[in-house]
Amino acid sequence: MRLTFAGALPERGFDVAFDLAEGETVAVLGPNGAGKSTLLGLLAGLLAPSEGRATLGGDVLFDVGPGRRVLVEPRRRGVSLLAQEALLFPHLSVLENVAFGPRSRGLSRAESRATASAWLERVGTPELAGRSPGRLSGGQAQRVAIARALATDPALLLLDEPLAALDVTVAPAIRTLLREVLQGRSAVIVTHDALDAFLLADRVLILDGGRVVETGRTTEVLTRPVTAFGARLAGLNLLLGRRTETGFTGSNGLVVPWEGAGREGEEFALAIRPAAVSVARPGGPPAGTVCGAAPGTSRVTATVDDIEHRGDVIRVHAAGMTADLAPADAVAMGVLPGCAVEVSLRHEDAIVYALPAATDAGPAGGRTGDGR
Amino acid sequence: MTVPSGAARTARRVNTAALPRWVVAAAVVGAVFVVLPLAAMTLRIDWPRFVPLVTSEGARAALLLSLRTSVSATILCVLFGVPLALVLARTSFPGRRLVRSLVLLPLVLPPVVGGIALLYTFGRRGLIGSGLASLGVDVAFSTTAVVLAQAFVALPFLVLSLEGALRTIGTRYEAVGATLGAGRWTVLRRITLPLVLPALVSGAVLSFARALGEFGATLTFAGSLQGTTRTLPLEIYLQRETDPDAAVALSLVLVVVAVVVVGVAHRVRPLGSLDPRRTASPTTPPAAPGRAH
Repeated sequence: MRLTFAGALPERGFDVAFDLAEGETVAVLGPNGAGKSTLLGLLAGLLAPSEGRATLGGDVLFDVGPGRRVLVEPRRRGVSLLAQEALLFPHLSVLENVAFGPRSRGLSRAESRATASAWLERVGTPELAGRSPGRLSGGQAQRVAIARALATDPALLLLDEPLAALDVTVAPAIRTLLREVLQGRSAVIVTHDALDAFLLADRVLILDGGRVVETGRTTEVLTRPVTAFGARLAGLNLLLGRRTETGFTGSNGLVVPWEGAGREGEEFALAIRPAAVSVARPGGPPAGTVCGAAPGTSRVTATVDDIEHRGDVIRVHAAGMTADLAPADAVAMGVLPGCAVEVSLRHEDAIVYALPAATDAGPAGGRTGDGR
Repeated sequence: MTVPSGAARTARRVNTAALPRWVVAAAVVGAVFVVLPLAAMTLRIDWPRFVPLVTSEGARAALLLSLRTSVSATILCVLFGVPLALVLARTSFPGRRLVRSLVLLPLVLPPVVGGIALLYTFGRRGLIGSGLASLGVDVAFSTTAVVLAQAFVALPFLVLSLEGALRTIGTRYEAVGATLGAGRWTVLRRITLPLVLPALVSGAVLSFARALGEFGATLTFAGSLQGTTRTLPLEIYLQRETDPDAAVALSLVLVVVAVVVVGVAHRVRPLGSLDPRRTASPTTPPAAPGRAH
């Protein structure tokens, strides 16, 4: 069902508005304290906004403002919450846990058990029906929790980092299950993981400091981020700069020729994967994916700010960008913090796009960048 | 009461070894201080006369009265203590902390003072008692007074134990229940109360024990009439003057009851069993406090 949400909670510095089309899933991302949990609490009815209005389908969830204060109780909202921990009622069997919702909504004992059995079947754990939640593994418990959340056939499903507490060996299977059950269902999923957003959500909402700082289709946000957080999520370098007569000039002085829409002086951005950025000692041969000052490359001189070891690469921070080098190359070049380097990139690896006119205009700001 | 497992014994030995010896010595003195008087009393028991002593008419009447009144007082504590604990743990209102302190006051109040307070509330000239007296109801120096005195001193035990448990489980399960469509009464009946059942049972058991041992408030507010208000502790106190052997024998009966009570209270695992991860470990079988409905 279609969701409209606008809510403010000044004591938490929270002011967010967004819409969700019927059957759509939105991933809510953002640093700690960005307001993700507050958003879920407001939707579930566990928190009351100081001001705002939310509707789900034709029903009001809350409508609070001068002279009006409608707060629908959690149980009448048709909103289910799936948390990081399964939170199965420890004193009820698995079947009774799943049957709890249908039973509370007035179904007979037999009907709710039948519903519960069907859902346990659907999530692939029918054999656990008689078990006590204390005897389930983390993955099993989360499957049962998914069944319990969906057994009430909620109009909106809220997921609060549903995979965060799971073992890395279990998470993929649960993610696949979620992908199945979220098909055609309106859902809001809070996550830290770009993979969740990519696999489970149609849209992405990035919060920071209680405000929406970035929103759009998932693919768009993951290829053309407009905030540092979005860029980190997408695993991209985000270089802010301006449109010039001949192309793009980054804030670090990098000049990239570019032919596309946009007027001179407009705020633009360049996105590139760290692996596509090369680093060379001035005068020495470059290390990385490209060699030489071939045509079609741009370079800028900078000092190395930091070096970190990430998996099988050495990540070099310089000129406000990052470059991933093979450890052997980094050692051969003797890259150290403070030493001078040339950072270069091939034009074909970079994406240049216009930034939205005002990023803090909230959801209405939208995305205006039409790329190259 | 429970036999420590091998692992627990090993762990304890390691901990003790890490302590300074004088701490262990002081601990031994403390333990002896508690156990020695009980042993001394047991040694004084006149075993051949034990059964006749504890089954004499006065003793039987006192024991039965004690059990009856203590059970009644415990029921009162549960009926009013559970709502009280729920309100204290789950709501916030101005003066909540003050109310909480006042409710827990009988815990530290000398029982005699409690008896005096009750007398000036329910006594013939008391705040409520004068009204009740005009209706022909006389509370003071009746069995009802015994129950009231016991409930007065025992209530804080139940409230304290239950409130702590309610705070420990938090409201997360209740929130899940609400989002699944359960009303307040359903949440309370099917989630909150089953989750705190172990604490409720141990709180009720402690209340019962406190009621059973009540002396000061009972004597002050209810007096000492055989069969009506003379409970076992009062009987023991009186017998001490006339027949010390009977007093010692009856004391042993109360000691046995106390041991049983402590055993039951410890058996009911308080709250640790609620953590799903802890119960998942094979070494700790999950306590099953409530049956599925």
